[in-house]
Parts: sequence; structure tokens; C-alpha cells
Amino acid sequence: MLAFVLRRIAQAVLVMLAVGLIAFSLFRFVGDPVLFMLGQDATPEDRARITRLLGLDQPFYVQYAQFVGRALQGNFGLSLRQAQPVSKLIAERLPATLELSLVAALLALVGGVSMGVYTALRRNSWLAQMMLAVSLVGVSLPTFLIGILLILVFAVLLGWLPSFGRGDTVALGWWSTGLLTASGLKSLILPAITLGLFQMTLIQRLVRSEMLEVLRTDYIKFARARGLTDRAVHFGHALRNTLVPVITITGLQLGAIIAFAIITETVFQWPGMGLLFIQAVGFADVPVMAAYLCLIALFFVVINLMVDLLYYAVDPRLRIDRSIAAG
Amino acid sequence: MSAVPEKGAPAPHQNPSPVLEVRNLRVEFPSRRGTLVAVDGISFAIAPGEVLGVVGESGAGKSLTGTAIIGLLEPPGRIAGGEILFEGERIDLLREERMRRIRGRRIGAIFQDPLTSLNPLYTVGAQLVETIRTHLPVGIADARARAIALLREVGIPAPEARIDHYPHQFSGGMRQRVVIALALCAEPRLVIADEPTTALDVSIQAQIIQLLKKLARERGTAIMLITHDMGVIAETADRVAVLYAGRIAEIGPVREIVGNARHPYTVGLMGAIPKIGAGAGKRRARLVQIEGSMPRLNAMPAGCAFHPRCAKCFARCTRERPEARPIGPNLAACWLYE
Repeated sequence: MLAFVLRRIAQAVLVMLAVGLIAFSLFRFVGDPVLFMLGQDATPEDRARITRLLGLDQPFYVQYAQFVGRALQGNFGLSLRQAQPVSKLIAERLPATLELSLVAALLALVGGVSMGVYTALRRNSWLAQMMLAVSLVGVSLPTFLIGILLILVFAVLLGWLPSFGRGDTVALGWWSTGLLTASGLKSLILPAITLGLFQMTLIQRLVRSEMLEVLRTDYIKFARARGLTDRAVHFGHALRNTLVPVITITGLQLGAIIAFAIITETVFQWPGMGLLFIQAVGFADVPVMAAYLCLIALFFVVINLMVDLLYYAVDPRLRIDRSIAAG
Repeated sequence: MSAVPEKGAPAPHQNPSPVLEVRNLRVEFPSRRGTLVAVDGISFAIAPGEVLGVVGESGAGKSLTGTAIIGLLEPPGRIAGGEILFEGERIDLLREERMRRIRGRRIGAIFQDPLTSLNPLYTVGAQLVETIRTHLPVGIADARARAIALLREVGIPAPEARIDHYPHQFSGGMRQRVVIALALCAEPRLVIADEPTTALDVSIQAQIIQLLKKLARERGTAIMLITHDMGVIAETADRVAVLYAGRIAEIGPVREIVGNARHPYTVGLMGAIPKIGAGAGKRRARLVQIEGSMPRLNAMPAGCAFHPRCAKCFARCTRERPEARPIGPNLAACWLYE
């Protein structure tokens, strides 16, 4: 178990170093930062001074090591556009994105699992058929279109919910939350649905097919033959056996939700990291892009690590021990 | 063990109070291209402490009969006719919730593959305790003590330690013992064992068979033993029902079926058992095989379902379907003895 965790952590570190390398090489591909900072008319002396100041006269690997070292301390340099530390910009935007993503993920998980179970158990009911039909729409419509349609219906035509922004926020230390104000919650509804709908339908379909699979197994038949109640059979035995693949997909999807929040944030002008990133791309603001890239990679790696650990909690067969089968 | 002596009396059998009595059971599968009749008018009874062997080829309707008795037919399969009486009470018409209380409580079931019969995510103790507490009003501690006693009874060494192990930590034979313990949780009057030894090594098979026999003997549990293994039947059963294409071809005491079969199909089935050292080298009888295969449900021949494969087939067999009638101590569905 410990060896497994250590191995996974080592792998995670490798992934982060690789992503760091890509983020770092962004600086080189996008152009000469000295040129950016000083403009066409700078004197050679100024250029040399700035180059030395930025450490750009050092060999490639030393620069990379310095980049990693600074990144570990959360220092990604100054935003080229806003002349503020990137870490400060990200920290301002992080709560908005995380709140949106987590609410969307929760929606996707709760909605997806419960609808998946329902459609598997009541295969032929009209409600299940309808859920399946709707889920097909959810899977096939692109996110931005769903967002725009929701805005059209609920913000423009009905006028129930705001179409953009985050509403009022409350500061809890450095974390600004929109979950504690009415306008913040109202603003959250449409973007969260937009962001979570695809994942919700995906999870629903996954849970349904896994559940149908499990319900056909011998141990479910045997559980029924033991006279267990439907409740115990469906939720105690069947659902838990569907969880391993569901955890995998949900974990990956949570990463995807955070990453793909870009589109939703753009549609709803949600002041999160995704919007920051899009704006950074527009201005070739490399430090912001690099930091965003590293942060998203970090989320993915951490989530995957947690998923691997969750397997152990769910499936005892993975807990390899030495007292196997005596007799 | 009580081996009710079969006389020439018509079915059902003459034991005063059989645990299970099946009368003219019919199981159908409605499909788009007509209704398939998988079990067609099967009747038999099992007395307390008796082991009834049910044999036949794959698709003969053995397992479906067992599944129908415990009320777990998968839709669209359904009981289309006949009666199932359990301890004198009709159970084929019971609502699902009342049937559920009978399953596991008064009728236990054991399935073919012990490797897949247990939920891999729970310890065997958790599954035992869950089953016990579903049926009996006991607390967790009592249920656990009972679970340990059950594991000991089915021959699992060191049950106090093993109870907290997961199914994958048991070997196949041990898992089948756990499955049997699960079936016995609430001391059922009837155990339906569907191919309980098929997935096991031969040496383990014998142990499981011994265990089942002990059960029938000591607890008076009636056992319906479904198998296609005639060796297991010969060793275990008191009476045998031979199924062919959803009907009973022949039913009778085990000695009569194995040694003195009336129905040509039973004769063929017995001829297909290899006998090691039989006749001590005097004559090496070739294994008999029955030509052809069992008809599919949607292409049932007219008359006796066995007639296309029967060496003794004559005109009547192709026209009229024989009903089971007493022939010696057996009941056989064959025109030969008319």
C-alpha cells in the first residue's frame, strides 16, 4: 500500500515536471520577452541588462531549474499585461472557478448517479426513457450552445436568472465566495448546469450500463435467492459494484470540468481562471498561461491520485495481502 | 435418505406431506415470433430429508424449474401454468414481497459457480450476517455467532478468523461451502442446488456432495439437486427425475434409474457414463452416445420430443406425445411400454 502510494506520487512528480517543461518552453516559442518588454527601440546595453536581470543569459537547463524552483514557491513572475504577480491574479480568480467546478461536479455526480440507477432499475418506465432521450441531447450538444440556450430561456425570455457575472461575493480571508449571497447563488445556477450537464449525462449513461451489467451477475441473483430486500440488493450490492468505473470517470471528469470551465466562463463572463486564461492568450501573456497550465496539471494529478486511493477504499481485492486462500 | 418407496401409483407421490410439490409446471418465454415453452408440464414432489436429482442436457429446463420454484424467473420468462406447493401452500401466486420472505428463509438456493456467487466487495461475514438478520430477529452479535457456527458446520477451518475474509481469499471449494452456509442461514426446509459441483475440482466435488448429504440426513432438509453429472446423481440422490426438452422423461428411485432405466433416453444417458473397471476387463463396453442433439424450443417435433434421436422409435411416437405413466417403480413417458 505504502509502496503503491509512493510510486504514484513519484509518477505525479514526473508528470508535473514534464508539464512544467512545456509551460516553460512556452516562453521561448512565443517570442523574445526582452523584445516584448523593451520594444523595438531599446539600446543593446539595455537589452543585455534586462537579459541578465531575467536570467536569460543562463543555459537552458539552469533556466528551467530556476523556473521550477520559483514555481514551487508559487512564483510565476509578473503578468506581462497587468504588471501584477501571476500568483496574485490566479489566487483572485481561483475561488470563482473552483466553486463553479465543484458545484457542477456535484450536480453531475448526484444527478448522474441517481438518474443512472433509476434508468437501470426501471428500464421500461416512461420517465427512464425520457431521461435517456434527454441525456442523448446532453451528450451531443456542445457546451457553449447549451450555455447560450440557457441564457436565452432563463435570462432573456423568462428573466429569472442573471446571464453573466458572479453576483455579490463575500470574502472569507483571501477566498471570495459567491455561495453565501442570494445573487451569488442565482448567478451560479446557469453556469453550473452548463458546465455539469455533459458530465451528468455521461455519468448517468455509465452508471446505467454498469448497473445493468452488475444486475446480471451471479452474486446479484444469489443475493435475491438469499431473500434480501430489493433495497439491499440494489443499493448495498449492485450500486457499490458499479462504483469503481464510476469513480474513475468522475475523477477524470472533475479535472475536465475545471479545465473546460474556460468555455463556460467565457459564455457567462464568469470571473474565473478560464476567463483569465482566454484573456491571457489574447495578449500572449505567457506567465499567466504557463501558471494556468501548471495549475490545471496539478489538479489533474492530485485528482488522479485520489481516485487511485479511493479504489482501495471501495474494492478489497486490490488490497493485496499475504493471507490468500488457505485451503 | 428417507427414500420414499415408489409404487405404481400415479403422480404426485404418496408421501403424506412432501416439502415441495410441483404439479404440471409450465414456464413460457413470450417472444416476437411466438411463445417458447421451456418447461412443459413437469410434476414431482420432494419429501423431507430426501435428495431429488434432476438431470438432463443443457436446455432441458432443469435450472428454469429451480428458478421458477424460487420465483426468480427473469422476465419475459413466466410461469404459465401448473402449481407449486411448498409445505402445502401455493407459492407460485405469491406476491414478490411474500415470496422474498420465503427465499433464503424457508427455501435456500445454491448456484453453479461459487467464484461468482459471492459479492466480492463484502466479507463473507458481512454477507452471512446480512442474510441472517434479513430473516431472523437477532442482533449483530448473535448473527455473527450464528455465522461462525454455520461456517464451522459446513467445514471451514478456523471460522472465527475466516469470517472476516473476503471471498477472493477463499479457494473454490471453500467458497462453495460459504455459499452453502449462506443458503442454510435460516434453516430452510428445502435447498435447491443448481449444479453445485460443476465448477469444482473432482476431489472437492466429493466433499461438497458429502456435505449436502449430511445436511439432508441430519437436518431433514429436502434437496433438489440439479446437475448434468450422472456420477453425482448416482452418489447422492434418493430419487432421480430425468428431463428432456422441458418434460420429464422418467422419474424414479436412483437405483432403478441408474440400473434399470425404462425410457430409451435414460438408457442412453446411463450408457454415456464411463465406468472404470466395470466388468474387470471382461468386455470393454464402448461408451454409448446419443446421436443428434436436443430439439430447440422453437422447433419442437410432433409426438415424443425424443423420437428423432430414439433408436426404438415407431409410428406412434411421431404422432402422439406420451404422458408419464408408471412402469415398474418408475414413471416414464414412453410408448414402448404401452
